[in-house]
Amino acid sequence: MHGTPAGARAVGARVAAEPVEIRTVRRADLAQVIAIDATVTGLAKRSYWQQVFRRYGGTSPGAREFLVAIRSGHVAGFIIGEVRDWEFGSPPCGWVFAIDVAPDARLAGVGTRLLQAIATKFRRRGVRKLRTLLARDNTLILSFFRSQGMMAGALVSLEMDVDG
Amino acid sequence: MRLQKNTWLALYSVLESATAPARHIPAAEVADKYGVSAHHLAKVLAELARAGIVESVRGAGGGYRFIGNARRLTLMDIIVLFEDFSPQLPGTRESTPVGQALVAVLSEIDDNAHATFSSITLATMLRLIAHGQANRRLR
Repeated sequence: MHGTPAGARAVGARVAAEPVEIRTVRRADLAQVIAIDATVTGLAKRSYWQQVFRRYGGTSPGAREFLVAIRSGHVAGFIIGEVRDWEFGSPPCGWVFAIDVAPDARLAGVGTRLLQAIATKFRRRGVRKLRTLLARDNTLILSFFRSQGMMAGALVSLEMDVDG
Repeated sequence: MRLQKNTWLALYSVLESATAPARHIPAAEVADKYGVSAHHLAKVLAELARAGIVESVRGAGGGYRFIGNARRLTLMDIIVLFEDFSPQLPGTRESTPVGQALVAVLSEIDDNAHATFSSITLATMLRLIAHGQANRRLR
């Protein structure tokens, strides 16, 4: 569910100077989160986001994180992730499932701030590795994560059809 | 994906110049550094200049300098200037079941290489280079 890269295109320069606060999501933020996602994906997945909020919205601080970037009192972006222990034979590591920034807040470092914030929270739990998974043709998001220092990891994603 | 010599030269040249965009780098300097003839490198630089990635300046104190947008330009943007990515027409061997299975595996490798080169900008590469230099200084 990765969205548009936090650092990609547009109007960012003019908002760069505006202070951005990163904090845990609140229920009142959800409508704006849904709106940002809908702007990027074209789908308003309200019930899906309610589930995500219930699962990641503060039930287990540090292990599951749903953070928002607040600029001028509004949600400018969000990031969701979780620490997973010993999955895929890997020591505990932090997974980033979603990141998105409102189109009018891009190129202002909001995505970078969000990624740094979740990395800091995971690090406090002893995690030393941050991972994500995304479509190979999602060049914009790939470029964003690359610009943050991410490289291909030791895991390989595989899939198959199970029909028939 | 196996890159040709000219592609490597282009990547080296662009990265060398993007590291110091204000400087006109003599082609001979890069040719010396990477062990190629200045004549060979000149052809590569001419292609890069045609693509608007570098600008060459003639005469004493001349050379070439990076004029692209490091935050937008990807490694793939440079590679496609020198490599042919048009799909290969299946030959006799590729039309056999064995050939098709091998093509599927090689395509997977190519797709990953394509995605990697397309997602790495020059700005990201410059950070990697700086990081490598900093690590070397610490050792």
